[in-house]
Amino acid sequence: MAASTTTVPSASPSAGSRSFISRLRDGDEIARVITFLFAASVVLITLLLVLQLWHDSSLARHKFGFQFFVTRVWDPNAEQFGALPFIYGTLVTAVVSLLIAVPLGLGAAIFLAELAPQKISDTLQFFIDLLAAVPSVIYGLLGVFIVVPLMREIIQPALKSLLGFLPLFQGPPYGIGFLTAGIVLAIMVIPYIISVSREVLLSVPRDQREAALALGSTRWESTWKVVVPFARTGIMGSIFLALARALGETMAVTMVIGNTPTNSASLLSPGYSIAAVIANEFTEATGDVYLQALVELGLVLFLITFILNGLARLLMVVTTQKGSGMGHV
Amino acid sequence: MKRFAGLLLVVLAVGGIVLAQNALSINGAGASFPYPIYSKWFDEFHKTNGNIQINYQSVGSGAGIKQATDGTVDFGASDGPMNDEQLKAYSDKHGSGILHFPTVLGAVVMTYNIPNVTASLNFTPEAIAGIFLGKVTKWNDPAIAGPNKGVNLPANDIVVVHRSDGSGTTYVFTDYLSKVSGEWKDKVGKGASINWPVGLGGKGSEGVTGLVKQTPNSIGYVELIYAAKNSIGYGTVKNGSGTFVKADLESVSEAASGAAKSMPDDFRVSITDAPGKKAYPISTFTWLLIPAKFSDAPKRDAMKNFLKWALTDGQKQAEELSYARLPKEVVAKELKAIDSIQ
Repeated sequence: MAASTTTVPSASPSAGSRSFISRLRDGDEIARVITFLFAASVVLITLLLVLQLWHDSSLARHKFGFQFFVTRVWDPNAEQFGALPFIYGTLVTAVVSLLIAVPLGLGAAIFLAELAPQKISDTLQFFIDLLAAVPSVIYGLLGVFIVVPLMREIIQPALKSLLGFLPLFQGPPYGIGFLTAGIVLAIMVIPYIISVSREVLLSVPRDQREAALALGSTRWESTWKVVVPFARTGIMGSIFLALARALGETMAVTMVIGNTPTNSASLLSPGYSIAAVIANEFTEATGDVYLQALVELGLVLFLITFILNGLARLLMVVTTQKGSGMGHV
Repeated sequence: MKRFAGLLLVVLAVGGIVLAQNALSINGAGASFPYPIYSKWFDEFHKTNGNIQINYQSVGSGAGIKQATDGTVDFGASDGPMNDEQLKAYSDKHGSGILHFPTVLGAVVMTYNIPNVTASLNFTPEAIAGIFLGKVTKWNDPAIAGPNKGVNLPANDIVVVHRSDGSGTTYVFTDYLSKVSGEWKDKVGKGASINWPVGLGGKGSEGVTGLVKQTPNSIGYVELIYAAKNSIGYGTVKNGSGTFVKADLESVSEAASGAAKSMPDDFRVSITDAPGKKAYPISTFTWLLIPAKFSDAPKRDAMKNFLKWALTDGQKQAEELSYARLPKEVVAKELKAIDSIQ
């Protein structure tokens, strides 16, 4: 009895503090605190980042106000800065890349997880992981030397002759532009979608598949109607990851997008993205307003990522509630 | 054993102090265009002055000016001279000025890719300004075809390619255009990054070259040294005296000689569109930006010695790397100016 009182310093130990001490002794509490700090650091870094961007763009924010979002001119000499062409370019390239990457990536993931023999699946997965680790400048070079000539000589003329009546496919075929940037981005993000989606599909419990088969579904029906919906949250997660990478990608985009601030409706037109203009102009930017306008672009990119992620999450909540009992799992 | 350890400690301490005193490290940052020659100079200078180590980061002219102003480096470097506003910002912060020292010369050349045309083209200032303003849109436009009699220029649309990253090359090129075209000066102006009326942007010299090589009927501009190193063909440009001049080390030095007579005391002079029959018109100095006052005497002396060496012995190494040497008159004037560093 005497020994136990020395370990508890307070005069009247309550049940709560007792259990805290014992949890501390077990290490649970220490682990909780440490991991909590790690998790909190993510939030802290994000907050500090936004704060810094906000602070460093005050001049530009006051000078241009909301006009910054709707102005098309970017003229360092006249100190006139507008983000519209860059926002447009960032969104268009990201959307084009996802339109290509999601069906391809998801299809490949379904094949690897559900239909391919284990050996082939594992071997291919190795190559896909390898692709995900390739630096973006390499994808940029691939774009410059292979995709751009291919686009200029074959794909863009073909699109123009087939669908040239649409405003989407007008203007001279330079080879570079929104569409090319979207394609290069798609090549870059496909490995993320495949890799994460495959893992998610593989982790769907076996009895889900068996139950579907037992009810008389074909293998494809059980995959498409049971396994894929079951794994929907994870698949959406892989698409967010791809979207985030597509929005923020700098090097590969700047090498193939044409670096011209336009908001042409044509996908063949050269354009510009937020990340690309920051990388291109930051080192040589002179003058406070110019520098701050670039920082404000960074803030805008952050905002776009934030809004898109929010929308995607909302979409997921809505579809999950409508879905077949995903919420209970 | 104890005595030995004590001795070792003393030796280490003394050695540390001697080493700390001897190794003088000077940091600079700025223009990427002269980086190859600067890094060679700093390396060579270190060989003969083992105790002085000069480090240089090629972060771009704008960043060089900014870092020198902020005081995070000992000296800066730029392809364009600092403007009055930037000079004022510097002296407001440091209480003393910053000096410009031209080190070597560079030039910007016109490179193009027209299918079935292998001849070297002649460009008038009007043609270049017209093309980059988006007013001259076809290769067979009289402005281009006029001085290129005998070359079969196609009726194709011109694809204009410019630098997308802020760069000294763009500064020099637009400085030239502002001098030869009133319309360019009013509408666009000069700068490291500008609002281009037309064209596609390539990142870096390699980006511009890549786009020009790949895109039929395109035209772009790159540094002479980059074109020389990579055997890229380029055209001649008509200078103020009416001669079409091909850019080479000689014609670029000639442009500097023309400007030497009217060289201001602070060396902040643009030599684009320089007078002289043989002068290549899109030439430029590149400058080291050295504080007028050092608080650290050994650093000041090392910097002065380096400058003297770079302007005399160092110049000999410039041509190997395709940089044009400074004319003698400019060097003489600079050597005098070095003495004013305090």
